[in-house]
Amino acid sequence: MEDDVLAFVKPLRSMVEWTGELGQFFWRVTKAIFSRPFEWAEFSRQLDAIGARSLTLVALAGAATGAVLALQTRDSLARFGAKSMLPAVIVFSLVKETGPIITGLVVSGRVGAGIGAELGSMRVTEQIDAMEASAVDPDKYLAATRVLACIVAMPLLTIAADFFGILMGWVACTLADPVPLRLFLSNGFHNVTFSDILPPTFKTAIFGLIIGVVSCFQGMRTRGGTEGVGRSATSSVVLSSLFIIVADVLLVQLIITFF
Amino acid sequence: MEQQTNLEPPIAVAGLRKSFGTQTVLDGITFELKSGEVTCVLGRSGTGKSVLLRLVIGLEMPDAGSIRLAGCDILSASSQELNEARKKVGFLFQQSALYDSMSIEENVAFPLRRHAKLSNAERHDRVHQLLGSVGMDRDLDKMPSDISGGMRKRVGLARAIALDPVVVMFDEPTAGLDPVTAAEIAKLIVDLRDQRHITSIVVTHDVHTARTIADRLIVLDGGKTLFDGTFEELNRSKEPFIVQFMKDAA
Repeated sequence: MEDDVLAFVKPLRSMVEWTGELGQFFWRVTKAIFSRPFEWAEFSRQLDAIGARSLTLVALAGAATGAVLALQTRDSLARFGAKSMLPAVIVFSLVKETGPIITGLVVSGRVGAGIGAELGSMRVTEQIDAMEASAVDPDKYLAATRVLACIVAMPLLTIAADFFGILMGWVACTLADPVPLRLFLSNGFHNVTFSDILPPTFKTAIFGLIIGVVSCFQGMRTRGGTEGVGRSATSSVVLSSLFIIVADVLLVQLIITFF
Repeated sequence: MEQQTNLEPPIAVAGLRKSFGTQTVLDGITFELKSGEVTCVLGRSGTGKSVLLRLVIGLEMPDAGSIRLAGCDILSASSQELNEARKKVGFLFQQSALYDSMSIEENVAFPLRRHAKLSNAERHDRVHQLLGSVGMDRDLDKMPSDISGGMRKRVGLARAIALDPVVVMFDEPTAGLDPVTAAEIAKLIVDLRDQRHITSIVVTHDVHTARTIADRLIVLDGGKTLFDGTFEELNRSKEPFIVQFMKDAA
């Protein structure tokens, strides 16, 4: 009986400790982002590594989603005699939900694993200790710059995913039933307002915050050599993806309520 | 922050205790470093030698005791005060801990870029001078992964002394090196003392290196200070552990 209680209490305690440490880390990083001097050089390096180098993957994912959406939806709409709604369905679907969530999950896979492994490797090879020993705050230099780069890059990457998704949606439609791009866009964006575009696009800044904070946290608390680095990379992806999905549900409800 | 006076030792440790779980690693360690001396800390693997250095620089917190580093009581210091003290200390890590994403030149320039108000040209000259002093001024653009372990130690040493520290800490500086490279690193440590009057604390289990460089030796065993004195006194010690240690090292 005592063993059963311990088996239940131990993981629960670990989870509470992990949550508390994550909260403290988030607070330190938030303070570091707003304290001077800001690490502009490292921030711009991270913006390139996180944003620019994710562009190809995000564009491909967006394009594939747009094409598949067009192919799958076309038949369904035709059955109800609503084929003319196809451009609007593609645009609304991509802009309001599919683009942001696909971008979030793709970036959490690529960037989350990268940050978790890089910082984990720096931890186990004492590079983070060396930084601290030379009077440089690793939370500020390593974490704050990466978190901010994720926050800034995510909405931009989402716009790219939306763009390529809509473009490939048009290509897929045109292959089956030729339609001019201008007409496709005109039909697609006919009833779209800024409140349909901006909140879903900017909610991905929260996804960026999640990816940055979770991955940096997991990386910087790595223990156990190269095996630990692998664990940190994996847990960065798993946890940030999980939190993105949960956050998406909450954010969609908030957007519906307020916009 | 309290200013360090000339009389104050660069590092003073008293009653230091540290445990990990149920294992007590350090149990009441007390010593003071004398300015301009090289002090070697000897002991078996796992006796807390590296932990001692990490405690002194504030990378870990002790369970009890006091630590003064470059005039700063690091246990009660704010993070700003602690960082001011750390600027006066260089640290050469066991695996050198060079930043993977930076070239050799950028590694050495990193502390200067952060803490020294130098123009780009002045910083470039200073980095050349530092790397020249350790014989590494021809590989500036190489990445840490492209150079040998001995070269990494040299670059790590150049980075450690970039800010003209009063104390340099060495964690196993000759571990994993061939005898010739180990002797070269040992000579660099002695040069720091003789030419720059830098105080050094060297954690090692390499008795040969310790004999070459040390003005004073501290031997740790079971978390306690077993011996504190010169190499000659160590050789004369009748303490069974030290006799065995010296015999095994010969």
